[in-house]
Amino acid sequence: MNESPTNSAIEGDEARRMAESAETRASQVRLRRHRILVNVLRIGLVVVMLGGWELAGRFKWIDPFFFAMPSLIGEQIWTWLTEGTSQGPLWQQVLVTLEETVLGFLIGAVLGIICGVALGRNRLLADVFSIYIKIANSIPRVVLGSIFIISLGLGMASKVALAVVMVFFVVFGNAFQGVREADRNLIANARILGASRRQVTTAVVIPSALSWIIASLHVSFGFALVGAVVGEFLGSRQGIGLLIATAQGSFNAAGVFAAMIVLAVVALAAESLITLLENRLIKWRPAQLAETGF
Amino acid sequence: MPAPVADREVAIELRDVSQRFVTPDGRSLTALRNFDMTVRRGEFCAVVGPTGCGKSTTLSLIAGLARPSAGAVRIMGQPVTGIDSRVGFVFQQDAVFPWRSVLDNVVAGPLFRGRAKGEAIALAKDWIRRVGLTGFESHYPHQLSGGMRKRVALAQTFINGPEILLMDEQFSALDVQTRVLMQDELLQHWSTASASVVFVTHDLEEAIALADRVFVLTAGPATVKAVYDIDLPRPRLTAEIRYQPRFIEISRVIWNDLRDEVLISYERARKPTSTDNRP
Repeated sequence: MNESPTNSAIEGDEARRMAESAETRASQVRLRRHRILVNVLRIGLVVVMLGGWELAGRFKWIDPFFFAMPSLIGEQIWTWLTEGTSQGPLWQQVLVTLEETVLGFLIGAVLGIICGVALGRNRLLADVFSIYIKIANSIPRVVLGSIFIISLGLGMASKVALAVVMVFFVVFGNAFQGVREADRNLIANARILGASRRQVTTAVVIPSALSWIIASLHVSFGFALVGAVVGEFLGSRQGIGLLIATAQGSFNAAGVFAAMIVLAVVALAAESLITLLENRLIKWRPAQLAETGF
Repeated sequence: MPAPVADREVAIELRDVSQRFVTPDGRSLTALRNFDMTVRRGEFCAVVGPTGCGKSTTLSLIAGLARPSAGAVRIMGQPVTGIDSRVGFVFQQDAVFPWRSVLDNVVAGPLFRGRAKGEAIALAKDWIRRVGLTGFESHYPHQLSGGMRKRVALAQTFINGPEILLMDEQFSALDVQTRVLMQDELLQHWSTASASVVFVTHDLEEAIALADRVFVLTAGPATVKAVYDIDLPRPRLTAEIRYQPRFIEISRVIWNDLRDEVLISYERARKPTSTDNRP
């Protein structure tokens, strides 16, 4: 008599647990199916796009001389890999462009963060400089490339300078905004706990601006790459930009596309590095749910 | 009028304080008007009033986060000119640093104030133990419950040994059970720290359960409408004290006073054009 309610309670528990685990399993199966479907569709899309392009070229619906074909592009990359480019081995070109990009990115990002935090923390500086920054920001900055080539020459410096200018404004803008958005309560709390002005900056303002700054780093690495490549375009002796310029000069469409693909690979690799850095720096953030989609 | 108290015994004094703000669209808004308040050393005072009447403004003035437009604010007999190291402030919203672990949050105050690192960490660990968070030292705030975050905030404030403790509706976001637990914990910490407390709340029962004296404010601009001595014996258990006849009696008296003000501010909230000032 006494045992029966407990027993049924245990059985109820058991049943509930089983139902729950069945539900979990079912939702896992659903998730896996969804993921497989997404991947199949992705691959299918690539096959259709590239296949269509290739066929269109083969059947002369489009002129492969102007628009190239995936097979020609593949061939071009293979030639570059095995025999090198007209300017030397491919890896050397990639290395040169990467060096300019990374240097420009680092210098631009550091300057941007310093200026953004300084202006964000100082009302007077912000009021004085904001208008000039707006003006400078409205100029299409790639045109500065010509100035840099004239003043800094055909070497690496001019490309780095262009990349710096491209990166600076993006990072600066976000750092400034991030500092301005820092929670008033957190700042007040730090001050009452005994923080000096400098300690407030390092302990509250910069950490809370960090997610803004890192968001800008994602975008601005791409900008640095644009700066370096355009700089090479305008005048250089080495790099992927020159590769594109040479291909363009000899009406080699496949060469232009091949260089684009090399650039895309570089950009994707850098992007994943920045994501790694982000996860290290902002590990205090709650984990994002449903990252795989729904 | 309460009997005048000797200067030595006064922890916080607001004399004829007024505070005006200018809203972004250029209108002047009066939060406090001719506000008088005296808190003795070691006394636990609660401030109740309708929502948005200027309760938090009094705390900002005492903390030195804001300056009064008129009148004098003194703590320990000296005028407030800025943030004072003897003041602790527990904020309404979560003000613990989300990017710091529990230990790094609690240790922040002593490190800001230049204590040696080892010493500060030992002190912080002791306070983490006292608020019952041992084992959570390396957790981040988002991994904790609301009540645990409040404990972090308490440890963060108490570790500096404040002589004056300001609290701004800090339990209002918690569920009722957690709130009662936290109130008892707060009373325990307070009885060992012997700080003077100003506790702002809109919850009258909370005010009576915790405080030695309750200040009732008028609907904004706030002045002190009445002050009540709460003669309930200490130590108190806040979960049980609210069923005592004396508690009910006191809360009925104070509620009579408070209700009018709440109604006024409720009426105003329904007519957004006239939210501003009394003449």
